Amino acid sequence: MKTLDRNGRHPVRFTLNGMPEEGFAEPRMLLTDFLRHEIGATGTHVACEHGVCGACTVRVGGKAVRACLMLAVQADGAEIETIEGLSEADGSFGPLQQAFHENFALQCGYCTPGFLMSLSEYLERNPDPTVEEIKVALSGNICRCTGYREIINASLDAARALRERRQQD
Amino acid sequence: MKPAPFDYVRADSVEEAVSVLAEHGDEARVLAGGQSLMPMLNMRLVRPEVLVDIGGLPELAHIEDEGDTVAVGAAVTQGDLADWPELGTALPVVAAALPHVGHFQTRNRGTVCGSICHADPSSELPLCLALLGGEVELHSAHGVRTVPADEFQRGVLTTAKEPDELAVRARLPKAQDGERFAFLEFQHRHGDFAVVAVAAKRSGDSVSLAVGGVADRPEVCRWDTLPGDAVEDALNDLAWTLGGGDDIHATARHRRQLVRHLGKRAIDATAADGAGA
Repeated sequence: MKTLDRNGRHPVRFTLNGMPEEGFAEPRMLLTDFLRHEIGATGTHVACEHGVCGACTVRVGGKAVRACLMLAVQADGAEIETIEGLSEADGSFGPLQQAFHENFALQCGYCTPGFLMSLSEYLERNPDPTVEEIKVALSGNICRCTGYREIINASLDAARALRERRQQD
Repeated sequence: MKPAPFDYVRADSVEEAVSVLAEHGDEARVLAGGQSLMPMLNMRLVRPEVLVDIGGLPELAHIEDEGDTVAVGAAVTQGDLADWPELGTALPVVAAALPHVGHFQTRNRGTVCGSICHADPSSELPLCLALLGGEVELHSAHGVRTVPADEFQRGVLTTAKEPDELAVRARLPKAQDGERFAFLEFQHRHGDFAVVAVAAKRSGDSVSLAVGGVADRPEVCRWDTLPGDAVEDALNDLAWTLGGGDDIHATARHRRQLVRHLGKRAIDATAADGAGA
């Protein structure tokens, strides 16, 4: 049994997009705030802070989850992936980013990291989804400016690009 | 918002978790997947002194086929259960209900037992537990007791679980030969809380219908026989008996209409050939 005192700042270590990271957190610190303020990985966005909007979606152990509904101390030892890990090694867009760019699937971009991190797990589980399946999969991510049609089109394009990549790799 | 300060305990066993609950009682809250508790912490609707994290306990991460029942450990996520290969044959109504539980991102962390213990009257998993007549196993420093579904959920966010008790597993009776099930719900957007959810079971001549989102907990109505021409009257009686009220999501009248409409579709689906809707 390990007890972390409310007033202490406790070490939290995990890998972020494959690289080891370390910081300190009070028990009540959310993973969102730890990523943004302790690590400085500000690509993960915070909006509703109670699990409704999906803007803060990251992958923990491969699973897409709400980073606002997780304590930083719960992430100790985990493998975490964020939007910063979606681009190619040379810094160019990865397939998900490219598809959103080409389909005008973002305007203000605030919700976009959450959409992309949700899709990055979902398209691994379902590489060839129907429009209806994408609508259900993305129902946990809210966009308030772009509109969903472009996002759905981009998701279909991204799925196609990822399938082609899998055949070529 | 951010949670108020608390001490965080990462338990390494059920015994440790139970000992913390024995010491702190209702000042402590159990954290597993956190998909109901974390929003309440963030909005400071709850301000516990101590959080006991059981999410990482391997002993609670099992789905066990016990013959006539399936035991789901307190660290098993809704996503884990949805991915369990036996789910469709062992617990068809749960397989039909799980896609309606939040979104896949919340099912990735939210636990089956957590949803049952949160006891939202419109939640799908407490509804399934009620329909199937399952039970919840509670551990405390005083020992172990098992509470049947009908006695477990008592009202809105209220259960028979005492503050010093830990729900260790939920047991769900498996589908028997000849039983047919259906699950349906009405929600304003996919992943929202159900306005009304129904789960039906037909076993021989008898029909059971569990209804969530109307009364202050899921209620089960069982008919020994329910001929096709008696269904609408029976559902009308049920809709009035459940006594739902008006709220921001729907009027009481709308809820009665949903009980009649969804109830009929679900009951009809169990009568048709096949496994139901």
